Amino acid sequence: MTIAATEPMPAPGDPRPLFGAYGIVKRFGAFTANDRIDLEIRAGEIHALLGENGAGKSTLMKILYGLLEPTAGVVTHRGEVVRLRNPEAARRLGIGMVFQHFSLCANLTVAENIALVMGKGLGRRALADRIAALGRTYGLHLDLDRPVWSLSAGERQRIEIVRCLLQDPKLVILDEPTSVLTPGEAEKLFTVLERLRDEGRALLYISHRLDEVRRLCARATILRGGRVVGACDPRAESAGSLAALMVGAPVRALTREAAPARSAPAGPERLRLDRLSLPAPGLHATGLRDISFSVRGGEILGIAGIAGNGQSELFAALSGEARAPEAGAVRIDGTPAGRLDINARRRLGAVFVPEERNGHAAAPGLSLSENVVLSRYATASLTRFGLVRRGAARALAARVIAAFDVRKAGPDPAAGTLSGGNLQKFVVGREILGEPGVLVVDQPTWGVDAAAAARIRQALIDLAARGSAILMISQDLDELFAIAGSIAVLQAGTLSRAVARAETTREAVGLLMGGSGGPPPGGHTGTPAGRSREGDSHAT
Amino acid sequence: MRLDLVPRPGRAPLAALLAPALAFLASVLLGGVAVALLGVSPAAAFAAYFIAPLSELWSLQEIAVKAAPLALIATGLAFCYRANLWNIGAEGQFVVGGLAGGCVALATQGSAGFTFWILPTMLVAGTLAGIAYAMIPAVLKVRLGVSEILTSLMLVYVAELLLDYMARGPLRDPAGYNFPQSVPFDAAARLPYLMEGETLHAGVLIAFASVVLATIVLGRTLFGFEVRVVGASPRAARFAGFSEARLTLAAFAVSGGAAGLAGIAEVAGQIGQLQPTISPGYGFTAIIVAFLGRLSPPGILVAALVIALTTIGGEGAQIDLRLPLDLTRAFQGVLLAFVLGADVLTRFTVRLVPGGAR
Repeated sequence: MTIAATEPMPAPGDPRPLFGAYGIVKRFGAFTANDRIDLEIRAGEIHALLGENGAGKSTLMKILYGLLEPTAGVVTHRGEVVRLRNPEAARRLGIGMVFQHFSLCANLTVAENIALVMGKGLGRRALADRIAALGRTYGLHLDLDRPVWSLSAGERQRIEIVRCLLQDPKLVILDEPTSVLTPGEAEKLFTVLERLRDEGRALLYISHRLDEVRRLCARATILRGGRVVGACDPRAESAGSLAALMVGAPVRALTREAAPARSAPAGPERLRLDRLSLPAPGLHATGLRDISFSVRGGEILGIAGIAGNGQSELFAALSGEARAPEAGAVRIDGTPAGRLDINARRRLGAVFVPEERNGHAAAPGLSLSENVVLSRYATASLTRFGLVRRGAARALAARVIAAFDVRKAGPDPAAGTLSGGNLQKFVVGREILGEPGVLVVDQPTWGVDAAAAARIRQALIDLAARGSAILMISQDLDELFAIAGSIAVLQAGTLSRAVARAETTREAVGLLMGGSGGPPPGGHTGTPAGRSREGDSHAT
Repeated sequence: MRLDLVPRPGRAPLAALLAPALAFLASVLLGGVAVALLGVSPAAAFAAYFIAPLSELWSLQEIAVKAAPLALIATGLAFCYRANLWNIGAEGQFVVGGLAGGCVALATQGSAGFTFWILPTMLVAGTLAGIAYAMIPAVLKVRLGVSEILTSLMLVYVAELLLDYMARGPLRDPAGYNFPQSVPFDAAARLPYLMEGETLHAGVLIAFASVVLATIVLGRTLFGFEVRVVGASPRAARFAGFSEARLTLAAFAVSGGAAGLAGIAEVAGQIGQLQPTISPGYGFTAIIVAFLGRLSPPGILVAALVIALTTIGGEGAQIDLRLPLDLTRAFQGVLLAFVLGADVLTRFTVRLVPGGAR
C-alpha cells in the first residue's frame, strides 16, 4: 500500500479514530524520512510514539501539525480526509503541539509569545487571567512580562505547554515534554496529561524515557528508519524490551565493573572548586554562590539540577569562558586556573563538552575536521607557523569517527548535517580522544537516542576508569544514577554537598532539585529510608 | 499562496560554479530588454558593453587598472564581512591612505641620490594610515559598543573633507595657477608602469598578490579559521578560545590596511598627485564586489573584473550609443541581486504552497 487509500480504513470493532494517518511518505531529496507510516489515534488515549533520533518521529509530528506536507498519504479526522496545509488548519481541527525545540520569539515577552498564537479577539487582561488559571490548575507558573531570551530552557517549555493548553486542543502532540522537568514536576505533568485523557482528549506522546511511556501510555507505535516496526502495549513490556524494539537490537548494558567504585576512589584530586562565587552575567541569568567541590581521578561527580539553576554559568566558570575573581577558586591538577582562558585550561589537561551541540560545541556550518580544529588546535598540534595542518585535522576527525561510530554522509560533511546523536558522539569523542585529565560535560546525552547515549556513557565510565576526573552536569536522573559515583545538586546557584550514589535516592535528589531539600542538605525529611548518612569525603 | 525554501541536502560543486554564470546571463538578458525599451539595439549595446572593452589593449588596461583597487579593497572587506563586522567606511580608509602616502611623496619632493626608499615608504604609510583610520570604529565598537556601521560610514565624509581641504589648502601647488591640486609627484614616488608608454601600473600586481595572500590566509591559517568561526558561530568561537574583541580589531586592521594600500596605489599609480577627489567611489563599489565574489578572494577578483568591465563598457556605450551611465549602475545592481538569488537557489529549492496564509 504505497500511496493510497483515499478511503481511510476503519479500525474494526472500534469507533473511528479521532485522527488517522495512512500511508504517510515524506521524502527530502533522496532521503526518505517517513516510509508508508500508518498511525491511528483515538480519543481518550495517550499514544506513545517511540523511536531513535532520525527514526522519523519529528517528521511525522510535523506532518500532523501541518508544518510539512506529506509526499504521499492522507491524514483523516473522524474518518474524513483532511488536508493540513499549515499549523493554523491543524489548530482549527483541534491539534495542539508542545515542541521539543521551542518555537518562541526570543525578543518578545512571555505574554506576547502566547498572544501570538491565540489570534485576535482576546484582550491582554483576559489572556493573563486564563494563563494564571491554567498555571494554578497545572502548576505551570509564568512571569508574563519577562522576555523569552532571559528564560531557561525549562521555563521556555512551560510557555509551550501553556500555549498549547490554552487552545483547548482535542489532540495534543508532546515532543519529549519532560526532558527539562524535575521528577516532581514531571509527575504533576503526568497528572495533567491523565486529566486531559480522561476529558476525552487524545495525546501523542514522544519520549526517550521509556519508564514514562510505560507509566502513561496504553498503546505505542514504534518507528525505526522511517517505518513502523511494531506496535505494543508498553505496560506489558519492560523498558529494556521497548528499547530493543526501538534500536532493533538489545541496547548494550553499561559495564558497571568499569564504573567507579562506590566508596571514595583512591586517585589524586584533579579538579577543585573553592568557594567560587560569580555574579549573574545577565539580568535574568543565575549567579553562583560559594560553590566548592573536588573531583578525584577515577571519579565521576554528577551535578543534578533543573535547567536555569546555574548550570550554564557553572560550566562557563569551569571552562574559562567566564573567569573567576581569584585564580585559586578553580584548580586543575593543583594548578590555580581561575584566571586562565579556555585554552590555557586545556593545556593543563582539561577538556569541556558544552550542552549545546550546534553553535557552541561545534560550528554547524564547518566541516567535521574543522570542528576538530575548533577545540583542539591549542593542544593537538594542529597548526604550524599559523597554518592549519588540514591533513592532521582530517586524520584526527577520522579517528574520532571510527572510535565513536559516528554515522555521516560524505567524507568530511558539515557538522550541522549530522543527526543529534551522531554529532554528540563526535563532540564527546573529539575531547575524550585527547586523553584528558579532567573532563567537564554538560548534558552529555540530551536529546540523544538510546544507542548513542549508551555509547557516550560507556566512554565516560571508561575514561574515569583510566584515571581521569569527570564532572557531569545533567538534568537526567537516570543518567546520573547510572554513571555518577557521587551526586550534588545545583539549585538557585548554590551546590549541595556531594553524596555517594549508593547513599542517596532519586527522591532525595529530586527534592533538592526542587529546592525543597533546603540549603543545608541534611535538612530534608520525609525521604525514604536507606539513606542514613549525608555527604561523604568528596564534599569539601 | 506562500513560498517555501526547502534546503537541498547537498550542494553540487558544478551548480555553485554555474549559478553565477547563469545569473550573469540573466542580468544581460534583462539589460537587453531595458536597452531595447530605450530604443537602442540590444546587440549594439552588448557589443559596446562587453565586446569593445575586451578588444583593445588600452581598454583592457583600463579594466585592470579599475579592477585593482576594487579587488584589493573588497578582499580586505571580506575579512570583516565574514566575521559579521560591517565596515562600510572603506572609502574613507582609501582616501586617508592616499592622503598619508601622498604626504610622504610631497615631503620628499626633490630628494636627490638614493630615492628607492620613497615609494615603499609611501605604500607603508598609506597602509598604516588606513589601519589607523579603521581603528577608530573598531575601538569604539570594542570599548563602547558603538555600531561600526554608523561610525565607519560617517568617517568617510570626514576623510573626504580632510583631503579636500588639504588639496585646496596646505598641499596646493603654489605654482599651479590656483588649481586645487598638489605638485605632480617625482618619478621616484610613482608606481612604475608595466609597459613602456601604456597605462598599466604596478598597482595591479599589488592587488593580485594581495588576493593570493588573502586566499591563503582565509583558507589555510588559524587566523582565517578564526574569522570564519566568529562570523558563523560566535559562541563556538568563544569555546575555541577566540577573542571577539581581538578579532574585531584584527579584521578592521586588515580591511583598513587593504583600503589604505589601494588608496596610495591609486594616487602613486593612476593619478600622480593629490587632488580634492581621488576615488570615484571605489570604497563603496567594493562592497558590491565583495558580495558579488561571495566573500572569497578568488571570487572577488572575478567580480572586480566584471564590474570594471561594465564600467568601462558603460562609458563607451554612453559615448557611442548615448545610453545613460545610470544604466550601468542599474545593471550592476541587477547583477548583484541575481547572483545572490542564484546563490540561494543552489542551497534551497523553492516550493509554491497554494492556499496557506502563513
